[in-house]
Amino acid sequence: MDGEQLTAQETALYDRQIRVWGADAQRRLSKAHILVYGMKGTVAEFCKNIVLAGVGSLTLVDDRMVTEEVLSSNFLIPPDENLYSGMTLAELCCNSLKDFNPMVRVSVEKGDLSSFGVDFFDNFDVIVVSSCSLAAKKLINKKCRTASKRVAFYTVDCRDSCGEIFVDLQDYRYSKKKLEETINCHLQYPSFEEAISVPWKTLPRKVSKLYFATRVIEKFEEVEGRNPGEASTADLPGVLKLKKELCDAHSLNESHVPDNLLERLVTNTSEFPPVCAIIGGILGQEVIKAISGKGDPLKNFFFFDALDGKGIIEDISSDSNTGK
Amino acid sequence: MASQQQLSVIKGTKVLMVGAGGIGCELLKTLALSGFQDIHIIDMDTIEVSNLNRQFLFRQSHVGQSKAKVARDAVLKFRPHISITAYHANVKDPDFNADFFKQFNVVLNGLDNLDARRHVNRLCLAADVPLVESGTTGFLGQVTVHVKGRTECYECQPKPAPKTYPVCTITSTPSKFVHCIVWAKELLFAKLFGDKNQENDLNVRSSDAESSSEHKDDVFERKKDEDIEQYGRRIYDHVFGYNINLALSNNETWKNRNRPRPIYSGDVFTNELTRQNGNMDKNFATDDGTSVSAMAYLGMKNPQDIWSLVENSRIFLEALKLFFTKRGKEIGNLSFDKDDQLAVEFVTAAANIRATSFGIPLHSLFEAKGIAGNIVHAVATTNAIIAGLIVIEAIKVLKNDTSSYRMTYCLEHPSKKMLLMPVEPFEPNKSCYVCSETPLLLEINTLHSKLRDFVEKIVTAKLGMSFPLIMHGSALLYEVGDDLDEYMVANYAANLDKVLSELPSPVTGGTMLTVEDLQQELSCNINIKHREEFDEEKEPEGMLLLGWTQPFLAAEKDDNKSNGNDASTSNASTTATVEAEMDDEIDVIHAGKKRKLSEESKDAALGISRVADGTKNHKVLEVLADEDDLVMLGDEETGTKKKRLL
Repeated sequence: MDGEQLTAQETALYDRQIRVWGADAQRRLSKAHILVYGMKGTVAEFCKNIVLAGVGSLTLVDDRMVTEEVLSSNFLIPPDENLYSGMTLAELCCNSLKDFNPMVRVSVEKGDLSSFGVDFFDNFDVIVVSSCSLAAKKLINKKCRTASKRVAFYTVDCRDSCGEIFVDLQDYRYSKKKLEETINCHLQYPSFEEAISVPWKTLPRKVSKLYFATRVIEKFEEVEGRNPGEASTADLPGVLKLKKELCDAHSLNESHVPDNLLERLVTNTSEFPPVCAIIGGILGQEVIKAISGKGDPLKNFFFFDALDGKGIIEDISSDSNTGK
Repeated sequence: MASQQQLSVIKGTKVLMVGAGGIGCELLKTLALSGFQDIHIIDMDTIEVSNLNRQFLFRQSHVGQSKAKVARDAVLKFRPHISITAYHANVKDPDFNADFFKQFNVVLNGLDNLDARRHVNRLCLAADVPLVESGTTGFLGQVTVHVKGRTECYECQPKPAPKTYPVCTITSTPSKFVHCIVWAKELLFAKLFGDKNQENDLNVRSSDAESSSEHKDDVFERKKDEDIEQYGRRIYDHVFGYNINLALSNNETWKNRNRPRPIYSGDVFTNELTRQNGNMDKNFATDDGTSVSAMAYLGMKNPQDIWSLVENSRIFLEALKLFFTKRGKEIGNLSFDKDDQLAVEFVTAAANIRATSFGIPLHSLFEAKGIAGNIVHAVATTNAIIAGLIVIEAIKVLKNDTSSYRMTYCLEHPSKKMLLMPVEPFEPNKSCYVCSETPLLLEINTLHSKLRDFVEKIVTAKLGMSFPLIMHGSALLYEVGDDLDEYMVANYAANLDKVLSELPSPVTGGTMLTVEDLQQELSCNINIKHREEFDEEKEPEGMLLLGWTQPFLAAEKDDNKSNGNDASTSNASTTATVEAEMDDEIDVIHAGKKRKLSEESKDAALGISRVADGTKNHKVLEVLADEDDLVMLGDEETGTKKKRLL
């Protein structure tokens, strides 16, 4: 490959995982630069996973202060006011993460990610955002797409006992081994905006109900001018009304978006730690795949609901649903 | 999800975690975040460097310390007000008996070996405490729920047997690199550095037919005052040169095979041997035996490099010399350990030289170490996912939400679009000797087999008992324990060497033996059937245990080699067993019969089969169904598909 070798220290530390993905992938990981935005429990899990895996650098963006909700699911922040007061979430998480793996550079960037210029995005290989408004997700995704090189974009969010991951690897080529042959694969991803614009009635009948429910909540928060996760049981009538409107607009039978699911998502907007671990684990695995070019990456949504225990991949793109 | 009712259930729970390793670290964190307030954790291991890539509660500075205790301290930093009790101990210690287990509402396993898993399973059954069991390998993982009387126990289904190889393949006709590794590790290394008195049926020789005479064993003895360099080259020439030549003389063997090439040290190092150890005088190593390295002495750094024949030969001679000069005291007591750098170097070099003879591609030290140590692949992400799933199942168990119990598979490649696949748990196996009272049947030659054979091969190796007690009716034949009086000990020792039919209370065809383990509170009956002949190839143990679904199962070693009943059992003469060291390993994926929890759900929707690639433990899941909502495992022959809505 590039001729550079892993050091003895790296080989010893990463022994067990090099046996999973090879020295080559490990070298690529060590050159990857990752940025995360929105330091709640799921992102904390993700950061732990990729810092342990040995990425080159991790940049944290989140200027918010500690809240009860963040403390409840983010194990990177000590629950001691003397320790956390005056520091932003990104700064606090940075301090803990640095400790996990001295070979990874962890740093903080202040500001609002969606207002950063496109050239800033050039510095990264992967951008992961969480707890973002619909508009911010679209905008950041767009900037990743206009950067001078390919910047992979992910969104991740957990509510109640459910979680969602969205992936945009743009134009992605990778190779995989099938028996003795190496096959070159090519995947074309839609942007977040393109994906959620796919008419609902063209989607396969069995698409995860969480997909629709999440879109309804996302839209509700935008229409009402709420911050992500800022909803309560009192909002349920409004959410159900919006659901009806959206289903009508998409000519989709309302039974695809069960009321009780929407009720769960507005009643308990905080993260459930076991689900953070699961979603943060899947996301970590996906980012490692995308960086190393090893293994089939998921395209382009992933859903988990602890209630039925299924972790499902859905391909929501205009080209993949024809004829189904 | 985090309803008030659920939170109060969690808060009032006392949970026991067994294992503070890959899954354990993740699990302890997730339990603490989820609101559990009284957690006990047992782990006998100490922290190693290769743990740090995934066991995120540990740092470089903790290497050598107790996993359980460091994990506790790390979690208390972000959850200071909960109670975590850490035990740096073996879960098989008698202190952790059924009464100890009874204080817990649920037991969560994050273990790395079959032996301990079986032990915990039995104690959970004895104490009637639900068990959530787990395992991971690379990107694969699984979580299962075991509730006495409701779902199958951990031992209701067969567990994969360790991969074994015919002895002649190892000693005479290797065709894969793993054969060379087994030869180097189990035969050569054991012969040179292991217990000299231990019966080693696997003599180092090139052909079974040629060298039945035992005088050649002397070759391996270092003569008095023999120069260490000379000794090394003598061993080298004997095993890689002379023995291969000897084997070549048997033309029959090579009719349909490529003939191996004998390799003599003189040919490899034409005239440069004297210079090869130029670094020898430099003071590299400390006196700490395990840090001695032939690679360091020879200035070779990269464990990913594949060495040339000359390099392998140098490492071989250098490692051998270092064992004698730096670690002389250990010789005679060494057994291969994947964390022993010098041992790994020696085995890598020896395997590569042998591979060169047989035209087999060479491997790097890194790869050879993985094969020799049966190192299981492990990444943080899978462990984190599995830990999350364990907590979800544990909460269902605590809420007694029985209809929601699931076993969940974490897959590398999606199946039916799923990366996480829940499956309804199976009901108990009615013929399971652990959780039912079904007797077993043992076919054995009661006129030839000794009680010792029965104890070692059946009671210890197959039934996994640590403190067995064997009874024939009311007559005690054998017992292991700390508080036995001398008379009994002598009596039992004498019984061990008697053939079954000559015991004080003779065991013959038709006899029923009762075997108990008082610590595990497990008792089972074994009906004895006398049988004269056994097939040496197919039934190398000379006995056959039936009546339970598992055809064979050798006890597995855990990291600390606490279990000595593997390769040394007295007539392992037909197979060389490769033990799996499991690091949070996924143990089994069921391919068994239809075993449903609920009556109305029937027929298989899914067949899952497991293919183990001997050295790498790759599992392949094969999924046959494409219906929705609930997937069930079952008989592959069952053609019909059914679904059941939640």
